Amino acid sequence: MLTDAQIERYSRQIILHEVGGKGQQKLLDGRVLIIGAGGLGAPIALYLAAAGVGAIGIADPDEVDVSNLQRQVIHFTSDVGRAKVDSAKEKIEAINPGIRVNTYREYICAANIMGIIQDYDFVIDGTDNFAAKFLINDACVVGAKPYSHAGVLRFEGQTITVKPGESACYRCIFPSPPPADAIPTCAQAGVIGVLPGILGMIQATEAIKFLLGQGELLTGRLLTCNALTMKFREIPVQKAPSCPVCGVEPTIKEVSDEWDALVKCDLEKA
Amino acid sequence: MKLTVNGKEASLADTEFITVSGLLDELKVESPLYVTVELNGKILQRANFDSTIVSDGDSLEFLYFMGGGERQCLPMPR
Repeated sequence: MLTDAQIERYSRQIILHEVGGKGQQKLLDGRVLIIGAGGLGAPIALYLAAAGVGAIGIADPDEVDVSNLQRQVIHFTSDVGRAKVDSAKEKIEAINPGIRVNTYREYICAANIMGIIQDYDFVIDGTDNFAAKFLINDACVVGAKPYSHAGVLRFEGQTITVKPGESACYRCIFPSPPPADAIPTCAQAGVIGVLPGILGMIQATEAIKFLLGQGELLTGRLLTCNALTMKFREIPVQKAPSCPVCGVEPTIKEVSDEWDALVKCDLEKA
Repeated sequence: MKLTVNGKEASLADTEFITVSGLLDELKVESPLYVTVELNGKILQRANFDSTIVSDGDSLEFLYFMGGGERQCLPMPR
């Protein structure tokens, strides 16, 4: 049963036919894990908290750096030097004290990911490196956990939602990380600050739709966005029979760390 | 030959057939080792780039790995 205070707080979405009191209760009962409290994770956490997603997990090992503030809008100037998960938790609770926040101040790796994702209904990949993206995909497919992938680069981004066993996964598109010897230099490619916001909002929307059981998820199609031309494209992608994790004869049956996907600057930073 | 590449028309003069590897080279696709290729709706295995033939009317998508902005590591654009 929603309280009067909850009905008032969420009234603008409760009046939506697709939400209603029942949908709001689903959101309040919902558990979403955000891996990475950075450019993608920051706006996602803010909006999921505002929408009343009852339990939000945030995983990130890093501390807030002044160069993060250009896009990681959950962190403020006064947070520089603090753990990102603590900074994020504080803002979420300020927006909505009714939310339960679980923080994981650690690198997500093969040893811990299965244990963490099992407590959630939906997982959001807001990470910034290939190793984590492959690991999250594998863990969510092996653990049958629906999740949203996104990546950003300069003025471009892409996102897809994966329903394991039903729709194409990240490895159906990218079977393996690029060859290690293909990564000779470490270019700080950069990103325009609003871009992870655009992509993050799509990911947050997917999480909300999933919890509500409404609409059509962004499955089986990779949505790409170019902020310079403001063109969005949808590329249909099929589940690949040869996919190493969700194909006919999967070779990946449990998660392992993709060290090959860690590039030189990841290692320097780690 | 006329192709559709990432939703846009591309034409290669005096070419009837080309391999996917050849096309990546011909179109000067940036950082080709980071590209996944979808040909007419099917994702290709990288190992088959040299043996897969592209011909007139085909539709291709070059899809890139994308990280997260902060630690995006790519070969320098050539």
